[in-house]
Amino acid sequence: MFERLYVMLMKEFIELKRDHWALFRLTVPLLIQMLVFGYAATFTVHHVRTAVLDLDHSQASRALVSHFAASPNFAIVDQPDTPATITRDIDQNKAVIALVIHAGFGRKLGNGTRAPLQVIVDGTNSNTALIALGYVNQIVAQFSVAQPQSPAMIAPTVTPAAFVTLQERPWYNEGLDERWFFIPGVIGTLTLMQVVSLTAFAIVREREVGTLEQIMVSPIRPFEFILGKTMPFFLIGLADIGLVVSFGLLWFHVPFVGNPWILLLGASLFLFAALGMGLLLSTFSQTQQQAFALNFFFVNPFFILSGFAFPIASMPKALQWFTVINPLRYFLVIIRAVFLKGVGLEVLWPQLLALAVLALGMLTASTLRFRKSLD
Amino acid sequence: MSSLSTTTAADAVPAVRVHELSRAFGTLQAIDNVSFSVAPGEIFGLVGPDGAGKTTLMRMLAGVLAPDHGRIELDGIDVQHQSEQAKRHLSYMPQRFGLYEDLTVAENIFFYGELFSVATSDRRTRSETLLHAAGLTDFRHRRAGQLSGGMKQKLGLICALIHTPRVLLLDEPTTGVDPVSRRDFWAILYQLREQGVTIVLSTAYMDEAERCTRLALVHGGRIRQCDTPARLKAAMPGSLLELVAADPRAIHGALRHQPGVLGSLLMGDRVHVRVDNATRRMPQLNNFLGEQGLDIQGMEQVEPGIEDVFVALLDEEAPA
Ligand SMILES: Nc1ncnc2c1ncn2[C@@H]1O[C@H](COP(=O)(O)OP(=O)(O)OP(=O)(O)O)[C@@H](O)[C@H]1O
Ligand SMILES: [Mg+2]
Repeated sequence: MFERLYVMLMKEFIELKRDHWALFRLTVPLLIQMLVFGYAATFTVHHVRTAVLDLDHSQASRALVSHFAASPNFAIVDQPDTPATITRDIDQNKAVIALVIHAGFGRKLGNGTRAPLQVIVDGTNSNTALIALGYVNQIVAQFSVAQPQSPAMIAPTVTPAAFVTLQERPWYNEGLDERWFFIPGVIGTLTLMQVVSLTAFAIVREREVGTLEQIMVSPIRPFEFILGKTMPFFLIGLADIGLVVSFGLLWFHVPFVGNPWILLLGASLFLFAALGMGLLLSTFSQTQQQAFALNFFFVNPFFILSGFAFPIASMPKALQWFTVINPLRYFLVIIRAVFLKGVGLEVLWPQLLALAVLALGMLTASTLRFRKSLD
Repeated sequence: MSSLSTTTAADAVPAVRVHELSRAFGTLQAIDNVSFSVAPGEIFGLVGPDGAGKTTLMRMLAGVLAPDHGRIELDGIDVQHQSEQAKRHLSYMPQRFGLYEDLTVAENIFFYGELFSVATSDRRTRSETLLHAAGLTDFRHRRAGQLSGGMKQKLGLICALIHTPRVLLLDEPTTGVDPVSRRDFWAILYQLREQGVTIVLSTAYMDEAERCTRLALVHGGRIRQCDTPARLKAAMPGSLLELVAADPRAIHGALRHQPGVLGSLLMGDRVHVRVDNATRRMPQLNNFLGEQGLDIQGMEQVEPGIEDVFVALLDEEAPA
């Protein structure tokens, strides 16, 4: 059996070597996407258009406004005198956020009682709104601390201006560059997409060209074929992960505080699951077009339902259940934890176990289906 | 040759035994209750129109397509249940042989040789012989993807023959191959046959069909007739008249519905007219053509070819 496996591998590598674009295709799109994600996928919002209505005209109120004016996150675009103007500013999209300082703000602050600050946000872009609110909280907190009389006495009340209801969402690690949160996620996501589609396409191509049928009449066993076919992609996947991890470390200076062996273990299990997925897709496709459509159909939901950007905990229950079979979900936990937290097996074993089970399940299912799909 | 073709299953385990084989694709019965046996050393031909079910039958023989019903044995080995064993004794060349286009001719041969665990020295001598016979020796370092259609077909055959099978299945192996190469190709087949290899092949060429020891006429998923080419011809109902004419198409049209005419087949500048009784019908047809003002250069009784037998069979099935 080893000579058959060996000759399969040899064939794969010769084909890869002859394909002059292979190296380009396997690396450049990954790095470009990594750059795009690294720079574009960020929660930071600059120059949020802000309207301020100061009905207090006290020293304290002016000081608060100047704090906002000094922040790069806000740009004060209007300082009207009437509440009606504020409403108009928001309605006409002149301002995204409005601060209303009611009369008595300075006096209450001086007394040491709670001083209300009304914040009106345009909820139509809930993302920006939420992020801006976070900044408001930050500035108000700083301002409160700076007040000699009574720290932490300002109580902002939020009034959403649009029909969108704002949901509470945990404010993530402030001190951390959010790239550090995204880059590991990007690594996992890109690897999944790459490996699943490479595997599926490679096998469907053999089916289309007719070499698959040819090989299947030889004494080679299906699992030998599958092994010979997937091992190169496993190595390519590992190399890809190595490449993007190095890129994340060197270019984006993401810290790596954990154990690289745990990452390697997690990555290997994750790759097996991805290979299994690619194989499974290939057994459902007669042509490369079908494989393409299926790939699109499956990989995108896997991406969205991975916790890459949208927290799994806030998804509907049914979708949360679906994420249980999503290898990306577990790998993201592992890679983020290894990169940023440096936790070890004692914490990550459930994720590693889940990946192992998934990989085994997908590989078994696809091997079983593989024979049937030859008809 | 004749002694081989009359060998029956009685004196040897048949090389191929197919028993009540059926396979449907959805509602289409591609193979419908087919049974036959092939004796060791035979060249067994399958002929039939497009969509007759030849490829489907071949794929089941090769074990890549599971039948709905029935059994296939190769040298007494059940193809379905002992597929590992069966594969070792089998070589199958599909209608479209799958070559790795990025690999060279030599690499493709090496690859398929290794898959069948052919010993290195055997592989070398064998591939030399085969490359030479196929006229591909000078192309061994060319990528398979850059070969012409006929060369690809020949390379497919070399790959299929790199190990010594007991049963060789060839699905339209010479389609697209030039006449000279086809002759070389048949020389290789005869050689193999002398070594005791049993060959089952499908073909669209009637001259190739004539070379088979036995022929199965396949139509609509069934084997309609199965015998030696000579006996098939002898068994054709009626006799055959060959008419040479300037306008064969007109003759073909005019004679088709004459009394006593069982069928008519255009063959280039000739028309093959099958009649119930040659001596009686020749003068009658001559008169008729004269009345119609249709000129012919000659009319004579000829021996039917396989094509005539085949067309006769189809005519009998669907009388016009
Ligand atoms: N995988 C398949 N799925 C559905 N139908 C099929 C499949 N393979 C073959 N058929 C159908 O079965 C019938 C027999 O096809 P087959 O390929 O065996 O014919 P053939 O005799 O080899 O024809 P040709 O001379 O054109 O090669 C055809 O009607 C074909 O459309
Ligand atoms: Mg066919």
